[in-house]
Amino acid sequence: MTRPVSPKVDPGDVLEHEEYVLEGMDISGHWNRMFEQRVIVDYDVAQLDRVTDVEGGESMGWCYQCAQCIAVCPVDHVGDYGPRKIYRKLQIGYDLFTDPDLWLCTTCINCLRVCPKEVDMLQIMPAVRKEAVLAGDVPGELQDVFEKTARYGNPLGKNPKRRIAWTKGLEVEVPIIADLDRKVDVLWWVSDYPSYHPRGMEASRCLARILTHLGVDFAVLGAEERHDGDSMLRAGEQGLFEMLADQNIETLNQYEFDVLLTTDPHAYNAFLHEYPERGGAYDVLHYSRFLADRIAGLGLSEEIAKTITFHDPCYLGRHNGEYEAPRDLIEALPGADFVEMWRIRENGYCCGGGGGGMWLDGLAADHQSMRLSEKRVLEAVETGADTLCVVCPYEVSRFEDAVKSTNNDGALEVLDVAELLARAMGLPTD
Amino acid sequence: MNIAVLLRAVPDPVEELELNEDETDLDRDYLGYVLNEFDDHALEEALLLKEEVGGTVTVLGLGTADEVDQMLYTAVAKGADGAERLGSDLGPLDAHSQAGLFVEALRQGGYDLVLSGVQASDELDGQVGMLVAAGLDLPHVSVVVATTPADGALRVTKEYWGGITADYDIRLPAVLGIQAARQAPRYVAVARIRQAQESDSLTEIDVDPPAPSSGLRVTAVRIPEAGEGAAMIEGDEEAAADRIVEILAAAGVG
Repeated sequence: MTRPVSPKVDPGDVLEHEEYVLEGMDISGHWNRMFEQRVIVDYDVAQLDRVTDVEGGESMGWCYQCAQCIAVCPVDHVGDYGPRKIYRKLQIGYDLFTDPDLWLCTTCINCLRVCPKEVDMLQIMPAVRKEAVLAGDVPGELQDVFEKTARYGNPLGKNPKRRIAWTKGLEVEVPIIADLDRKVDVLWWVSDYPSYHPRGMEASRCLARILTHLGVDFAVLGAEERHDGDSMLRAGEQGLFEMLADQNIETLNQYEFDVLLTTDPHAYNAFLHEYPERGGAYDVLHYSRFLADRIAGLGLSEEIAKTITFHDPCYLGRHNGEYEAPRDLIEALPGADFVEMWRIRENGYCCGGGGGGMWLDGLAADHQSMRLSEKRVLEAVETGADTLCVVCPYEVSRFEDAVKSTNNDGALEVLDVAELLARAMGLPTD
Repeated sequence: MNIAVLLRAVPDPVEELELNEDETDLDRDYLGYVLNEFDDHALEEALLLKEEVGGTVTVLGLGTADEVDQMLYTAVAKGADGAERLGSDLGPLDAHSQAGLFVEALRQGGYDLVLSGVQASDELDGQVGMLVAAGLDLPHVSVVVATTPADGALRVTKEYWGGITADYDIRLPAVLGIQAARQAPRYVAVARIRQAQESDSLTEIDVDPPAPSSGLRVTAVRIPEAGEGAAMIEGDEEAAADRIVEILAAAGVG
């Protein structure tokens, strides 16, 4: 399913025919396909064909090597990467199915945004990865995460029963929907890192307090919730994604709720685009949008004397077009100064966590001069900000590690927007 | 070469392990089980041998936990030709009982080689691999880290202490206790495991629950108490050894 980020051609103006021959020339099919290889040298394109023959890999063959993608590829900024480079290497005969290049793409789709030929890495890389996974060719770190996710329903390999442990001792109530036995307005899909990672758990506790303050009728699934599967799908484990999605849909369809509220942009993406065709169609909102629509009710009264910059998460911003909600929230913080980095909104620079990148740090280290998250932290520090605000649960741990590894410990604090809002509302933040 | 691999389910430490009421065992009511890690290596080594010399790999499991079926299907998805589950609802078994059940099934199979993990976390009364070898009256090498097929026989590398290994040439049939396969256990996609689940690859074999035969009776189980602190010992071997002797003497040892 192709979702061009900013279509270059109005589909209404394009005439496409499954079969069309004009003045002896066969121009059947997709308007953007290549008719022939450019013949500068006669390449044996067998390896390229192996990619374009995979369902989902077709658009790799449309590249005409303009290199717009290389300028915006976050991995190329710290290494040697991008769709055009992959196309070139395929042309001269490398095997993408077994090359480390297969695993470096974070599916941030900044390339697709600028590609005049709509070469879609969001389709290509997962499709080729799927074949590699079926053949058992998976980097060891990722194998471990696939196995943990399949067994425990979360990539951290934590006990599923402890998914609700973050609510222990919390002074506000976080009801489990199975216990309520009634319809709720909002079912909050907490996700794995906000349930199990210490920094995620702190942000969840803040969000629970905020929702309570707003008087929202909400509940969570608790131990029944499993990983949404979106990142597993992008990393090539389609079978695992399907297993998780089907389990989650079966769970969700037992309950009645108006809104499915997500903490994680990756879960948001899955519920919007992947779950409906499997029988799970819900009214899904990201918590930044939910809160931004209720700013007046938050009661932001405490001074936040910070200079804050914001990181656009790929799966909320570029993938799904939400750039304003988190900014509205930050700008509503009393006393806070908001400064923008230079790669923002549609051109946001990826933190490196998407597409399985969260669990491929070892592989990335062998092919990059620094982590994407470190590159981004340096960019944040350049703005003069003392705070980096995030709204995706992958980011807080990535950026906090990067702050330390770039020797900026003490210079830049990484905080979820929920933590900043709770502070401004005079609520506890532990 | 026709190879049998013994797969065992052991308690999953992801759970907080709790004791039963009279503190003689784990509370097994809500316990989860996982494949014994060393048995996963045994399976990997078997699959590598099959890839090298041909033949079949059959995995055997005991019906001691719900998770066993999934373990067996995963093995089939990885390349095992067949799977047998011996019994169902057997409950926890000591190593002697497990070995007894395996021996019965292995006698029917005519296998050239039996691989098991060198150890499992629940073996209180000996190692199943060794007990199986004794029961079948077959040669046994334990702590194997590599196997090399060689002209109708098998060369196995056994790991000792201090970085020493030794190679043994063994006549088949034989039983091996695998410490580590030549490479990390391979990944198998969830889609392939689901395919295996839908196939006819699992044979269920009825067995009578064995009477405990080890002669071992557990009188008490305790959860270890975490101690405090660690002493980092600096200096060369002489200085370190002297310091260690000091610490042990002060603790009343020796």
